[in-house]
Amino acid sequence: MDTNTLPIRLRGKLAILADAAKYDASCSSSAAERRDSRGGRGIGSTEGHGICHSYAPDGRCISLLKVLLTNFCTYDCLYCVNRSSSNVPRARFSVDEVVELTLAFYARNYIEGLFLSSGIIRDADYTMEQIVEVARRLREVHDFRGYIHLKTIPEADGDLLLRAGRYADRLSINVELARASSLAALAPQKRADGIQRSMAAIRTARDAGQDRSRAGSSAPRFASAGQSTQMIVGADAADDGELLACSRQLYDDHDLKRVYYSAFSPIPDASRALPLEPVDAVREHRLYQADWLMRFYGFGVDEIVAGGENGMLDTALDPKLAWALKHRDRFPVDVNTAEREVLLRVPGLGSRGVQRVIASRAVAALRLEDLKRIAGSVTRMKPFVIARDWTPGVRLDAPGLRSQLLGKRAQLDLFG
Amino acid sequence: MRRVELAHPADASGWRDVARRLLGQGVRPESVTWTARHDTESGRGGSPCDDAARAAGPADGFAHDLFAGGGGEPCVGTGPPVHAPRVPAAFVELAERVACNRSAQRFALLYRVLWRLQHGEPRLLDNAADADVHTLHRWGKAVSRDRHKMHAFVRFRATPGVPEPHYSAWFEPDHRIERLAAGFFCRRFTTMRFSIVTPDLSLHWDTERLRFGAGGSREALCRDDGMEALWCEYFANIFNPSRLKLDAMRAEMPVKYWKNLPEAPLIARLTRDAGPRSASMVAAEATVAPRFARAAGLSDAALSLQSRPPAADDPA
Repeated sequence: MDTNTLPIRLRGKLAILADAAKYDASCSSSAAERRDSRGGRGIGSTEGHGICHSYAPDGRCISLLKVLLTNFCTYDCLYCVNRSSSNVPRARFSVDEVVELTLAFYARNYIEGLFLSSGIIRDADYTMEQIVEVARRLREVHDFRGYIHLKTIPEADGDLLLRAGRYADRLSINVELARASSLAALAPQKRADGIQRSMAAIRTARDAGQDRSRAGSSAPRFASAGQSTQMIVGADAADDGELLACSRQLYDDHDLKRVYYSAFSPIPDASRALPLEPVDAVREHRLYQADWLMRFYGFGVDEIVAGGENGMLDTALDPKLAWALKHRDRFPVDVNTAEREVLLRVPGLGSRGVQRVIASRAVAALRLEDLKRIAGSVTRMKPFVIARDWTPGVRLDAPGLRSQLLGKRAQLDLFG
Repeated sequence: MRRVELAHPADASGWRDVARRLLGQGVRPESVTWTARHDTESGRGGSPCDDAARAAGPADGFAHDLFAGGGGEPCVGTGPPVHAPRVPAAFVELAERVACNRSAQRFALLYRVLWRLQHGEPRLLDNAADADVHTLHRWGKAVSRDRHKMHAFVRFRATPGVPEPHYSAWFEPDHRIERLAAGFFCRRFTTMRFSIVTPDLSLHWDTERLRFGAGGSREALCRDDGMEALWCEYFANIFNPSRLKLDAMRAEMPVKYWKNLPEAPLIARLTRDAGPRSASMVAAEATVAPRFARAAGLSDAALSLQSRPPAADDPA
């Protein structure tokens, strides 16, 4: 390997294979086991929290070298930039080229590690073997201890999946579409049941890897940062309720760490079977907010969806505020006495804010000014809470509350 | 009025030693003036790789070792050893960060909060609504953020053309976080020789020990070995022109850092071209599927042959 010629050799391929990888939203490098390069032969560490080493003008974090091994693909998934029927330029990295590139970028502190995916060449097993081989060489030949995320191919052999999990911190399989019928129509070579089976296999292997309770248990660590998936928003007619219900099922059944939502956006040489116009990015944003409410705030899918209309979230308001406006009988909440679960439902109060409220009120009863210090702002919270020196009075019943909050939101967006 | 001079601007351990003495002597916060000497060239050795373990602190929530033992010669006063006051473990870690803040009042505020913790307000830190605690957290948070950005935005250059290159970087932090941030780099790049230079201090790692030296200037940085161009190629191509969100980018990667980021000069062009590129994707005519699509399962050699580099501004 000659690192000096790397820029010249790989520039053209990198351009194609990074461009081909950008439609995967995830760039997370968090939640891996803690380790570092002390006592090792190579470089690399993971210290729990991921690091975004740069941000693209699309506002997205650049944490990993996110590339495809190749964007040649025998599959013809209509929503995908790399589908076989597209005329985008094609390229292929060798296994060693990806290894070199990862190490060179990592040593310069550009990245936290590698997120490797691939188009399907020859067959699923062959492609998956190549992906696993990149990770194996990084770990075993170079003792690389940075972050590795591998996209796994559900149609590949189960043994390959298990090998991938031994080298990777995170594995992911994209569910792509919440409706199995849409997947069948748009991605003829993919099968929803196969995706679910692979996710279940990853969970089983993870659970075994984490089980240290039995004496002599020697199950190897397996994908310590868990598995994630991605859903395309707006490529079919599925509403927000269906997307969130699908996520709920994936979190429950396969213990997923994250579901990413990717608003369908124009791709080069797009299929005419799909909408060409971009999906409103706000819809994607609201889905992420709803996802958090589901995972960290104790909201059920039905409750969240009820905040909007006809299965779609309210795009004008965040889903917690939308829910609160439709459940005004549950407010105002006294911040000095309310239970944690109740506080979590107060608009404008995050989970850390709730923690601080509970710790602070044990010392002294909270006033509005204190809430401002704790939460940063009380604009959204004010109509919904009682503090020592504050009651919202009749405001909660005011029919104009929604538009009043909307007005404030608009101003915040303008100047914030 | 007592005047205390600490060894360097982020001298958290020096502050601890002095504060313990002052507390033992019952010296009130309002009668101490805190200053710190500038950094000198005399290196302060030692491996910082264990700072994560130290920051984690004891598990029971109360630190026994913050003010107990250690510390060498007392900087202020003499007299019998003072009992070690108990403080919340969170305070130890917070103090380490606040000591790095550039605010002139950092040591005074730390001492005042320490004083209050020992004088009838043992749970003071829980009260995020208290003005002193609020300021302490704000200053600590500013340091955490600065440290995080240093971990993120330091860009090493390798001395070109040598088998075992020396890596060097120039960084301009807001606060005096060099020592606090150093351990991360030593743990991550243990087998690399590297230097990180800031205007106030420089760090030098030789694969075993960390040395501190004088601050420097950007001009001392070696030239790039070509890898920055490759990184820029990646940056330009991972960007999705259909999703321009400049505010989100600037919020996380403030403009003040751009001058030291090799990819930042691309931002203007990528932003300018984003609209037209996105529009052309929507407007493009449907194309005929390439031949290999109809003959799925081509040999790898044949597939590789079709690879071609993109034109400089090819939206694909």
